[in-house]
Amino acid sequence: MVAIPRSIRTRAAVAADLRCLLPKDSVLDDEESLRPYECDGLSAYRQLPLVVAMPETIPQVQAIARYCRDGGIPLVARGAGTGLSGGALPIEDGVLCSLARFNRILDIDPDNRTATVQPGVRNLAISEAVSHLGLYYAPDPSSQIACSIGGNVAENSGGLHCLKYGLTVHNIMKLQVVTIDGELVTVGGDAPDSPGYDLLALMTGSEGLLGIIVEVTVKLLPKPESAKVVMASFDDVGQAGRAVGNIIAAGIIPGGLEMMDNPAIRAAEDFVHAGYDTDAAAILLCELDGTPEEVEDDIERVRTVLEESGYASMQVAKDENQRQLFWSGRKAAFPAVGKISPDYYCMDGTIPRRKLGEVLSRMEALSKQYDLRVVNVFHAGDGNLHPLILYDGNNPGELERTEELGGEILNLCVEVGGTITGEHGVGVEKIDQMCVQFDSMALSQFHAVKEAFDPGRLLNPDKAVPTLHRCAEFGGMHVHRGELKFPELERF
Amino acid sequence: MSDFIQQTGDTIKRAADQRTALRIEGGGTRSFYGRTVDGEVLRTSAFRGVEDYEPSELVLTARAGTPLAEVESELAENGQMLPFEPPRYGEGSTIGGVIATGLSGPCRLRGGAVRDAVLGCEIINGFGEHLAFGGQVMKNVAGYDISRLMVGALGTLGLITQVSVKVVPRPVEALTLAFDYTQGEAIEAMNRWAGRPLPVSATCHDGERLYLRLSGARTGVRSAAAELGGEAFSDPEFWPGVRDHQHGFFRDAPGLWRLSVPPATPPLDLPGATLLEWNGGLRWVATDAPARMPRDAAAAAGGHAIHFRGHDGDDVFHPLDGTRLALHRNLKRAFDPCGVLNPGRMYAGI
Repeated sequence: MVAIPRSIRTRAAVAADLRCLLPKDSVLDDEESLRPYECDGLSAYRQLPLVVAMPETIPQVQAIARYCRDGGIPLVARGAGTGLSGGALPIEDGVLCSLARFNRILDIDPDNRTATVQPGVRNLAISEAVSHLGLYYAPDPSSQIACSIGGNVAENSGGLHCLKYGLTVHNIMKLQVVTIDGELVTVGGDAPDSPGYDLLALMTGSEGLLGIIVEVTVKLLPKPESAKVVMASFDDVGQAGRAVGNIIAAGIIPGGLEMMDNPAIRAAEDFVHAGYDTDAAAILLCELDGTPEEVEDDIERVRTVLEESGYASMQVAKDENQRQLFWSGRKAAFPAVGKISPDYYCMDGTIPRRKLGEVLSRMEALSKQYDLRVVNVFHAGDGNLHPLILYDGNNPGELERTEELGGEILNLCVEVGGTITGEHGVGVEKIDQMCVQFDSMALSQFHAVKEAFDPGRLLNPDKAVPTLHRCAEFGGMHVHRGELKFPELERF
Repeated sequence: MSDFIQQTGDTIKRAADQRTALRIEGGGTRSFYGRTVDGEVLRTSAFRGVEDYEPSELVLTARAGTPLAEVESELAENGQMLPFEPPRYGEGSTIGGVIATGLSGPCRLRGGAVRDAVLGCEIINGFGEHLAFGGQVMKNVAGYDISRLMVGALGTLGLITQVSVKVVPRPVEALTLAFDYTQGEAIEAMNRWAGRPLPVSATCHDGERLYLRLSGARTGVRSAAAELGGEAFSDPEFWPGVRDHQHGFFRDAPGLWRLSVPPATPPLDLPGATLLEWNGGLRWVATDAPARMPRDAAAAAGGHAIHFRGHDGDDVFHPLDGTRLALHRNLKRAFDPCGVLNPGRMYAGI
């Protein structure tokens, strides 16, 4: 790969050019207007973009892409800016393309059970718009009230119901994508499958490196008639982990299966008073959904399994209000942890479930070694861990120690056969851990894929896939992040 | 590294140096599918065996040459199955062939497609490099989703050496109902039911009747059956026959087209007989009509058509538009620039 020199155009010149292509109020270039775009949900990384473009039509996006390609200007797409890995972090000399004005639901097809929406539509707004048809859009990331569907596709977002209903990649049909050449490409289709390579899968989770998503057709599912949640507490975290395996081995696929450890339980209980057992070492929340008869059957089967797994106590939510209450604590776990610590750092590794006990005890040891508290919330059903490292960014060196511990935890996930990111994406945050998970040949293959779509490497450059040079410098895992790229790191 | 991977990597490297083509073959049961490839045969059937299977993880990892029958019987012993119910077009079907062709069976309606279940792949690309993508966990967004890209790529981007797939518990209960519906009535009914949370796991209209399979928990299946009516139907050969194309419809077909369309599309005006699956999203048309007829009909409905059997070895898959074709060429070049791996199996030059 030959390095392609990037543009050295000034902010004023790029803004003036873009104002010829877009309505005047669609281009932002004064510092005050740019400030809200300097970071996404991972606020430890901040960077003002050269210019923000806010197109309203597909031809405008095409024009921006062509302009950036011709000028060699980096182009970063941004949805709602709720991402947790810095995928929408601006590039200093690049254009940030906000899709916020693509906020319309274009078509709902009840017969084929699909909805076609613009990428800036919020995840939850889709389910709300089709609720009267008895349908919904299944993936439900915790940020679903705010996050946009375009961002969900770019990150292949998950949620609390992945084990049964899948990730974004399982729940979309078709995309319209603008390439860096300004071409509009249809990926996937309205039929169950489409000819040629599965570009829909390739595009999903590609973190804005292959194209800009300008339209999304999602699958809609019938809402389950009934959903009930079982809450069980355990005196031992390992026991709770084994109970998860036992439920699945019994042939039950819960709609949601979540686990929290004691510090997470306490934080959540203080925050929302969900009725959690604050003495428990761990609690499991297990949601069963389906027809009322199925749900009743499954609850009895889960009860038996939990008994055999040695639970301390168990409770079935008595009504819909209590079900929502049980979930509210889990959904509020991150803000709840925000109340008990000045800062926290959220990890996103996934492990084979059977390694849970081992991983938890080794994390505890690491936590002691680094002298930092770790709180665990866990999508237990699909093995996706969200350890939250608590720290205080005002204490000198504590952020660096936190990031180092985070790196060790991700290494551990890879070592036991898992992955560094289950649903938050690599972005800028986990780019060095990519060097641990993939060898240089696999990384080169990723770069070759990027080249197939974006030979000038202008779309969201330097994210998601590290250069081999970077991995060589990184030299495994023993480099302090602060020495690398962002010495001005701010509080998370 | 195993001898097979070493030797196969060397073979591919050599072929790349000499600019010769290789034709990848597992059990050879799907060789009818796709365009004709001229090349030296590279067999994967010796590289076999289930590498890892832990039922409580709902994941199975197998070498590409593992017979599908072996995978399925090991799963069945543990009360599990492949969610996509893959067809067996012969005794020798291998898991590698299932992934490379990406053809799903009747249960796709509920269990998802082959690509939905794939969690990780190891491949050898056209440089002879052995690469691992994805893994054994359900959620994994590190790097581009190369594993799913391999599904249905017909070996043109890489030779699959190993695959990890998600598996699911076998339903406790399954029963089939039959309805004397015309094709049009069947399409309307299937899509109406699909909008409701019913435990439907397969549908088929064979030109005469609609067959609907319910599976899941006993109570749910029975209450749905009681509500939907129809006639209980209990031929154990029916669904495997639809899946493996042993049903009479397929045996008598002069030429066979596979049309994928939005499910609620009304009956298509095409000569010959039609068999529907997946609520109407999959339409098998037995006809020797000129290719443009099924292609135009599918495209007009928003779908595409594959000349499945009885083709000329050339005009098989639905043509791609210019931009998409260019992306396919670029991707082929990214994985196999010398055109070693199954060149032309999908499209000319790819």
